[in-house]
Amino acid sequence: MSENILSLKNITKIYQAKNGETKALDNINLDVKKGEFVSIIGPSGCGKSTLLSIIAGLEERNTGEVYLDGEEIEGISSEIGYMLQKDGLLEWRTIYKNVILGLEIRGIKTKENEEYVNNLLKKYHLYEFKDKYPTQLSGGMRQRAALIRTLAIKPKILLLDEAFSALDYQTRIMVTKDVYSILRQEGITALIVTHDISESISLSDRVVVLSRRPAKIKNIHEIKFDMENRTPINCRERPEFSKYFDLLWKELDING
Amino acid sequence: MDNKNISEDRKKYLRKIRINKITVLITQIFVLIAFIILWEVLAEAKVINSFITSSPSRILDTFMNIKSNNLMMHLWVTAYETIIGFLAGTILGIIIAIIIWWSEFLSKVLEPFLVVLNSLPKTALGPIIIIWVGAGTPAIIVMAIAISLIVTVLDISNGFVNTDKEKIKMAKSFNATKWQLLTKIVIPSNISTFINTLKVNIGLSLVGVITGEFLVSKAGLGYLIVYGGQVFQLDLVMTSVIILGILAAIMYQSVVILEKIILREKK
Repeated sequence: MSENILSLKNITKIYQAKNGETKALDNINLDVKKGEFVSIIGPSGCGKSTLLSIIAGLEERNTGEVYLDGEEIEGISSEIGYMLQKDGLLEWRTIYKNVILGLEIRGIKTKENEEYVNNLLKKYHLYEFKDKYPTQLSGGMRQRAALIRTLAIKPKILLLDEAFSALDYQTRIMVTKDVYSILRQEGITALIVTHDISESISLSDRVVVLSRRPAKIKNIHEIKFDMENRTPINCRERPEFSKYFDLLWKELDING
Repeated sequence: MDNKNISEDRKKYLRKIRINKITVLITQIFVLIAFIILWEVLAEAKVINSFITSSPSRILDTFMNIKSNNLMMHLWVTAYETIIGFLAGTILGIIIAIIIWWSEFLSKVLEPFLVVLNSLPKTALGPIIIIWVGAGTPAIIVMAIAISLIVTVLDISNGFVNTDKEKIKMAKSFNATKWQLLTKIVIPSNISTFINTLKVNIGLSLVGVITGEFLVSKAGLGYLIVYGGQVFQLDLVMTSVIILGILAAIMYQSVVILEKIILREKK
């Protein structure tokens, strides 16, 4: 047994509607190792986000099991962090009040946890902005605040659902780099859904390609760069990058 | 921007805005004064019949005799009924909206009833209300509630339903309970909905109270207007209408001030 932090077994999802049923996910099996970054890409509307929602416990699955650290989970787990497309910061709360929202909701706003949050804020250069309101911060800082809000509950794995796609291109590249280094430093496993091929290559150790609806796993690619201190920015200059890009592009083929 | 070194262009721009604002204000005052003078002159010259139209000087006289015709008492009755009706209608409306938000089933069941009740002219309920609660202050307050309640429920429910889905999802990912969703996300997201509802309700409550006073006919500005009309004392009617206008303006302004306080606290 390898140390899989997350295992998906035979996940199937069928949506019921008045005019019939739609199969969104068809028998998905996937293992994610501790500390690994895995991206999921696929044609739009194929059910990538549904898969994340199921893992997060926000949507129910029809069949299959989700294992976290070897234990089967049902519903919303306190050990899974979830980041959405928009930062979802509450504009009537200060940054500090925003980042402790998860602690507050879960009823674990202890001194120890608050100290942990304060350390994260200091470490990632938001401490001096903790009494500001979200509208006073740049897009990149807001995304970092949203990340700290998620990290505050000390998740074992972080799910990112198109988490950067609402940002403009430059901010997005910088935020991706920030998030990458923060998650690596904190040793957090990440499962990333994106429609952006370059983003998936630049961030991950493996890329999972899904087929069109009903989504099946078409292929899983290991992404390896022959370099030290890889970051989401410097790996883009490597020749392997375009090789991977071509490969994934062909696999995502609109005919396919 | 720094106040010390404002550019010439900016000064010009600021001055332009100020001049524009003053011009509008002066014109408004001028229109008002011109109207009053014209009214007085035409009445004096007997071009219009001041028995039917009253005149500014006669209104002023009525105003001066405020003690003898008990104006203050009637004003107080109307103000008091409006405030009670406004508070009750708003609070009750918010509570019902929360219940509807809470239960999707209930919201679906109630929808057609609310739509019909909303388009029903509530004044038609007047006689029923009087028979049920008696011809007095309670009937007038119930009338004010009847007029503002359904609109409150519909507006606030609508605001609640349209709360940012991403924020709800974010809170749910932390395993938020329904109560936490309501208090931490839905209600704070809808502060501006609440303020708009208050603004609409203050007007509607006044409509309800005046209609109620027309029907109940015991006291209040609405009663004075009806009474003045019946005995053909247009001075009294006009004075009451003007006082009513001032009362409405004061009540609306208090909501605006409340809004400013709330928004300042948020910043």
